[in-house]
Amino acid sequence: MNCKSLLVVLFIASGAVCADSYYEFASAEHEQRFNRLNTELRCLVCQNQSLADSDAELAQDLRSIVYTMIQNGQTDQAIRDYMVARYGQYVLYKPPLGPATYLLWFGPVIFLLFSVIGLIIFVRNHQEADADSIDDADRKRLKSLMDAK
Amino acid sequence: MLKVIPLVIFVGLVALMAFGLGKDPTIIPSPLIGQSLPSFSLDQVDASGVITEQDFLPQGKAALVNVWGSWCVACRVEHPFLMQLAAQQRIPLYGINWRDDREQAVRWLNQYGDPYTLNAYDPKGEAIIDLGVYGAPETFLIDAQGTILYKVIGPLTTDIWQNEIVPLLNEL
Repeated sequence: MNCKSLLVVLFIASGAVCADSYYEFASAEHEQRFNRLNTELRCLVCQNQSLADSDAELAQDLRSIVYTMIQNGQTDQAIRDYMVARYGQYVLYKPPLGPATYLLWFGPVIFLLFSVIGLIIFVRNHQEADADSIDDADRKRLKSLMDAK
Repeated sequence: MLKVIPLVIFVGLVALMAFGLGKDPTIIPSPLIGQSLPSFSLDQVDASGVITEQDFLPQGKAALVNVWGSWCVACRVEHPFLMQLAAQQRIPLYGINWRDDREQAVRWLNQYGDPYTLNAYDPKGEAIIDLGVYGAPETFLIDAQGTILYKVIGPLTTDIWQNEIVPLLNEL
């Protein structure tokens, strides 16, 4: 299904949800880039939606900027940089690797590492405790109890 | 020693979550702090001519640039305090009217009062997006060179003015 017919379906299905005038692209590649960038960029008004998902007026304006920049031959990175310069890295759904995001990127791995180390220590201690807990006195007592039966 | 570890993890998690809860996720730090006011060229709200960012540079030490719209409920809440500030004449207040209808903007100012020294009309959000604005009201504190010193997201209140902006003004 192409974009136009999709828009028609959406329009019929949900009234005025699709507030954008639809965009004409020079090539399918431009259209793909437009759609991909819009899913990568966060709508700042409704923060859990991407530009592609959002109907906020600001999202419409930012989509139109993405469109214009693609039409003007700007690269994806130039468009991302444009957004980051104005709205900060928060605008990117996939934050870049940097000092501020080390914890975000490596936190889960570190957490897993600590969990595994903790688990190993825990298991080991229990094994030792089990082995130690039966000494000669225990064995004698066990034997006497068994014999008594 | 080993028995303390779960407690340490628990306390660590509580601290992390308390830190997270204390932050307002709708406030996004602006990368524009410390940078110059972006250039723009816009008509005035009262259609009395085109102004640029140069017109917002204060004669004194600092100025406030306030983003507003007649559609913006929180701007209505903020407005009485802006009128107070304008009456004090300590700092000039410039407005950028965002995504508004000119007639409605003018009517709003006539009805509630006009605290702005100059008021730019930005129906398409050109200057607004360069300023990294994502809601209204937002207020920028700029110095005489047009460097952005501070940004208030949401209504400017007496509290924010006293505790955040006045100390910065005193440093200038």
